[in-house]
Amino acid sequence: MSISVKYFASIRERLNRSEEIIEPEPGLTAADVWTRATGEGLPANTLVAINQEHAHAQHEVSDGDEVAFFPPVTGG
Amino acid sequence: MAVRVISETLDPWAEVGTYQQARPALAGRFGGTAIFVGTMRELNQGDRVQAMTLEHYPGMTEKQLEQVCADAAQRWQILDSLVVHRVGALLPNDPIVVVAVWAEHRGDAFDACRYIIDALKTRAPFWKQEATESGLRWVEKNT
Repeated sequence: MSISVKYFASIRERLNRSEEIIEPEPGLTAADVWTRATGEGLPANTLVAINQEHAHAQHEVSDGDEVAFFPPVTGG
Repeated sequence: MAVRVISETLDPWAEVGTYQQARPALAGRFGGTAIFVGTMRELNQGDRVQAMTLEHYPGMTEKQLEQVCADAAQRWQILDSLVVHRVGALLPNDPIVVVAVWAEHRGDAFDACRYIIDALKTRAPFWKQEATESGLRWVEKNT
């Protein structure tokens, strides 16, 4: 069982990877997922999505979730 | 209602025409169609932009765009809506996005169209990277 982590745009470039898998753990928040995966605190202005819905960084994640981190969006 | 993300050239007028023709149920019912087309400019933040790459989050993009169109249909009396957005490599003057809304009356068509493009800019996961004379840069602020 696992949590799928995805990175986009400038964050993907800085980390030099677009996705990875981490082991789930009870009480893990999206911000904790970032720290577990990158070894650093979640930078300001980083947006979070859980299962492709915008989410707060303090939102808890569950086994099987897809968690994404990206900068402010600039479409249109 | 339809949303599409495409990597080939976007012809906004053909998209709207084709979509409307494929929906005969709309014929005779709509009194107004509001269309917004977003196009790539050659200048941004004072610099000449030679090219642009649009990245997105496949799956989430479509999901967010569908929610935005569904929200618009809840708030205004509209008959149908279409969003087509480009990704990949673009050049100045290339259309980036087309939003079209069909309604009985122009007020609802204009308001829903404005809402959809404004909400797209804050909710849909797209990111622009520009090529300028001084190199590549990610656009950090949406205008």
